[in-house]
Amino acid sequence: MDKEERHIFSVMVENRFGVLARVAGLFSGRGFNIDSLNVAETHDKSVSQITLVTHGDAQIIDQIYQHLNRLIDVIEVTDISTGTHVERELLLLKICTDDAQKRAEILQVAEVFRGRVIDTKPASLVVEITGDQGKLEAAIEIFNTYGILELARTGKIAMPRGNAK
Amino acid sequence: MELSGAQTLVDCLKREGVEYIFGVNGGAAMPIFDALYGDSELELIPMRHEQGASHAADGYARATGKVGVVLATSGPGATNLVTGIATAYMDSIPMVAITGQVMTQFIGSDAFQECDVIGVTRPICKHSYLIKHSEEVADVVAEAFHIASTGKQGPVIIDIAKDAQIHKSLFQYSETVDLRSYKPQVDGDSTQIAKAAALIKEAKCPILYAGGGVVLANASEELRELTYKTQIPITVTLMGLGAFPETHPLAMEMPGMHGSCCANYAFTGADLVVAIGARFDDRVTGDLDKFAPNAKKIHIDIDPSCIGKNVPVDVPIVGDAKNVLRELNKLVDTADIDPWRNQIQEWKQKYPFEWTQKGNKVMPQYVMEQIYDHYSDAIVVADVGQHQMWAAQYFKFTEPRQWLNSGGLGTMGFSLPAAIGAQLGCPDKTVVNINGDGSYIMTIQELVPAITMKLPLKIFIINNMYLGMVRQWQELFFDKRYSAVDYHDNPDFALLAQAFGATGLRVEHPEDVEPALLKAKGIDDGPVVIDFIVAEEENVFPMVPAGKGLGDVIRGLS
Ligand SMILES: Cc1ncc(C[n+]2csc(CCOP(=O)(O)OP(=O)(O)O)c2C)c(N)n1
Ligand SMILES: [Mg+2]
Repeated sequence: MDKEERHIFSVMVENRFGVLARVAGLFSGRGFNIDSLNVAETHDKSVSQITLVTHGDAQIIDQIYQHLNRLIDVIEVTDISTGTHVERELLLLKICTDDAQKRAEILQVAEVFRGRVIDTKPASLVVEITGDQGKLEAAIEIFNTYGILELARTGKIAMPRGNAK
Repeated sequence: MELSGAQTLVDCLKREGVEYIFGVNGGAAMPIFDALYGDSELELIPMRHEQGASHAADGYARATGKVGVVLATSGPGATNLVTGIATAYMDSIPMVAITGQVMTQFIGSDAFQECDVIGVTRPICKHSYLIKHSEEVADVVAEAFHIASTGKQGPVIIDIAKDAQIHKSLFQYSETVDLRSYKPQVDGDSTQIAKAAALIKEAKCPILYAGGGVVLANASEELRELTYKTQIPITVTLMGLGAFPETHPLAMEMPGMHGSCCANYAFTGADLVVAIGARFDDRVTGDLDKFAPNAKKIHIDIDPSCIGKNVPVDVPIVGDAKNVLRELNKLVDTADIDPWRNQIQEWKQKYPFEWTQKGNKVMPQYVMEQIYDHYSDAIVVADVGQHQMWAAQYFKFTEPRQWLNSGGLGTMGFSLPAAIGAQLGCPDKTVVNINGDGSYIMTIQELVPAITMKLPLKIFIINNMYLGMVRQWQELFFDKRYSAVDYHDNPDFALLAQAFGATGLRVEHPEDVEPALLKAKGIDDGPVVIDFIVAEEENVFPMVPAGKGLGDVIRGLS
């Protein structure tokens, strides 16, 4: 069997009721994996973009591509990971700061990850970090040693590099 | 002029050329049934169960190539359609299923007879629509018919809230449908077609492998031209039977689990397989590791997701079979493969479908041969089980749409209602329904509309008093532990037919088979049911046991 690979699909869909359920249902019904999923409107209000991270061998990835295309509401499917691209994810962390000394340390660590403090309370603060998966996971690991109270992540969005399109 | 959503729906269906709509009435669909009342152009066919209605619409579609239409109410009416929708989906049958839905304001409140039909049917339909406003009706109907009948065909669901049926609005017919997200590729890539032609030229042991897609694409003529021109042996699957005449010397009959040894050996020995509208189904390929191990594969299919799904393909060609074959036919010539042709003929001669008489029992295969002798031009609608396989083996189909069966989902109960749809769609044809005792009783209630409409259906029950196909597996693989397959407690189907108001005959002796078939021929004012009491424990052979390779086909029990 072929090697499993991670792929990022950008799926442009009609901005209609029920489309996400069709996409998600396709994955569960056919036993494909979804590692992360992000949905948002685009500059054209009639079109939504789904960014979907999945993994599988070459045959599975081809099947995913074909089956996404087969959905009537899907306008275009692009496998972004086949070319050079940028990918980003946004992470929000609420960190416990009841120990005043730690607070300074935490701010320093946030700095290292180019994080921004977007809310601060006597006993906690909220840090916003963007980056690729590796960076966010490293941040989570370190902040966990200070005590993460809450965490929210967007899932990946991605875009091909250069001026294609 | 302002029309109600229901009336708009009916008008739009007529514009789509719909002649019949099969249905069962109920609260949330009443405005639509009311709009159909007394309509002389669009005839409402009341069936006895929504499953039956869906199979009738399906049978109509299979026999005519047109879109079949079924109508049901919300909740239980809609859920009763599910089997029929899934059946049509698996075989890519163009169908539009219309369901009433509760009032818009009640959707999501667990209202009486509410069911999320769109949710329930999502994985078993090509597409679906929920209509909440009557203004949407005309566009949705046009899109639904377009989607159901183009590309890889399939069922489309229109769920329409009751208030959208009642509310009046102005509407405009959609003259054309243009969906930016839906553009099926119908023309094959010419470079790929040229590559295919080159492979065909080189091959020493090529075979053609055609499936239901050829029938659906109305490409039977082009398939015949390819075969006649190249003189390459051909096997046609269960779903494609009739696309190529089984009476022709190049025909190897169907492949797969209960297919001919010739076709299965041919796959195993081939150096090239040209698949046309066939999908390398597991019932055809057997163990994939042993499937056509020496063959390059060309795969022509309208659905790109179907290519390379089960078997790696050397030359994929996405396109409509008719268009692709037309182009391919221009590039091919008679193949120089005499030794291979001789080998095929030898297999064919040596391993025909065969059976032996047991005592003085009515043998099911004998009944099939007799049916073929007397009804060779008929449309044959089979149910699911041993009788289906015997029909496929012993009836030599020569025309596309002559053989209708639920090959993909394998839905017991499909055939009687589907035969009703086929007969309505093809009033000048004789329609023979080959049924099993288990399958027949699953949708037996549809005998009522057949009688009411005086449809001259020939309903032939191959009654082995068992769920025979399952019993065969139990005999071969479960130590003869006949769990839940004994149907000796079924009623007398001849008497039951009479009680319904049809002609019912019972045949228990071989010498009575032919007279009964002849008698049935003369009855044309309604259905005739013949209950053939056949040998109970007869098995279907050849057989490729599940998980085995095609070369391991068992020809019979010694
Ligand atoms: C709705 C449904 N339930 C169960 C099955 C499993 N099944 C496949 S063939 C078969 C036996 C069919 O019996 P019968 O109609 O008497 O045909 P026979 O095999 O005896 O010719 C069964 C139960 C099925 N295909 N469909
Ligand atoms: Mg039986």
